[in-house]
Amino acid sequence: MATPGTAYRSLALRRSPLAVPSAQVAHLEGDTATPAFARTLAERGLPPLAAAGIEVLQVNLGKICNQTCRHCHVDAGPDRTESMATETLDACLAALAGSDIPTLDITGGAPELHPEFRRLVAAARRLRRHVMDRCNLTVLLLRGQEDLVPFLAGHQVEIVASLPYFRQTETDAQRGEGVFGRSIEALRRLNAAGYGREGAGLILNLVTNPVGAYLPAPQAALERDWHRELQRRHGIVFNHLYTITNMPISRFLDHLLASGNYAGYMRRLVEAFNPAAVPGVMCRSTLSVGWDGRLFDCDFNQMLDLEVGSDDAGRLPSHIRDFDGERLARRDVVTGRHCFGCTAGGGSSCGGALT
Amino acid sequence: MAHEGYYHRADLPRFEEIGKEAPQLWEKFLAWYGAVFAEGALTEREKALVALGVSHAVQCPYCIDAYTQACLEKGSNLEQMTEAVHVAAAIRGGASLVHGVQMRNCADRLRM
Repeated sequence: MATPGTAYRSLALRRSPLAVPSAQVAHLEGDTATPAFARTLAERGLPPLAAAGIEVLQVNLGKICNQTCRHCHVDAGPDRTESMATETLDACLAALAGSDIPTLDITGGAPELHPEFRRLVAAARRLRRHVMDRCNLTVLLLRGQEDLVPFLAGHQVEIVASLPYFRQTETDAQRGEGVFGRSIEALRRLNAAGYGREGAGLILNLVTNPVGAYLPAPQAALERDWHRELQRRHGIVFNHLYTITNMPISRFLDHLLASGNYAGYMRRLVEAFNPAAVPGVMCRSTLSVGWDGRLFDCDFNQMLDLEVGSDDAGRLPSHIRDFDGERLARRDVVTGRHCFGCTAGGGSSCGGALT
Repeated sequence: MAHEGYYHRADLPRFEEIGKEAPQLWEKFLAWYGAVFAEGALTEREKALVALGVSHAVQCPYCIDAYTQACLEKGSNLEQMTEAVHVAAAIRGGASLVHGVQMRNCADRLRM
């Protein structure tokens, strides 16, 4: 039997032209039917995007994952080999120790598969930082990961778990056959360890991306449905539901182009542009570190190879080993047409809707 | 730009062109339309499902496209949307059948 979630293949494995970030950027830059994001900000009387501090250090440990989801903006999968080196991981910890950034947000791929994931978590907790693990759920069931749930609970790691829907059809369509059943089993184990239960102090938040070329539903209304349905159908509890818009990059861009939905989706993002979402976009409070240590304004810019740009004093150092918290905290943000994904409708961020 | 034939997806975003010769009526329609679909005694999601059913009853491909997307973006799933289409179909089917009474009345009048 095939490993759940692996029937779909990464762009890299398929040798798709879109596996190369510059090809994605070229496609977005060549899309003259969609206005430039910076121009839209200016036309609405909004200032260019700039960071307002660093509340979250988001560290991407690499592209290795046990799943191959159809919308993945990382193009992660079991075939990928990119993984953060020990010295880069140490540089991340040094940046945390030398700053007052309150939160470490660990992502991937499946970050738990990184051999030094546990060391990173434990060290960040010793520094008294809040730690978030962006978890695909099924990783918790893998052989050799039996101690993962107790480890995460023991270090009071907040879990932000991906689950597109409370039904099998939609979940497996996005994440691969068999993923829904294993995700539900993983959620049961997390609940059994106290995650998502009132008073336990163990936060379990869920993330849903639309299973197709449309915007997410309003977060508050969906969250009520999800609490009711996951409890009724599976006896599962959780804290909050975050809705995240699919970005027109990487595999989702490939899907949009292959399905003939690209133009309509971009038009939808632009017509749903919400100025009220702009001040809260995550690039204004997050610094993103790639598996190779390079610095980006967000995980999406990271996947497009759009490194941090500049501030008033000029070009910024773009590697975590040269971390300069003060300058990075007031940097200008590099934008592109994909940014319409974060400002459409209720807005979208790693912490869900923005308005 | 005009197309050969009828019903083109690219025509839906051109809907506002119908306001060119009667802008005041168009503005009134837009204001009323927006108010109809705003959250009220029914939620926006419920209204989108009603609209999806009606779209099928009036067999408007533009409406079906628009309210399929709207239903998904309001959080409905395909199971719920399919039930809404069945409601429309049942009403259409029932509407045909109930006219059978008209047929019977007419036949009673004509027959010996």
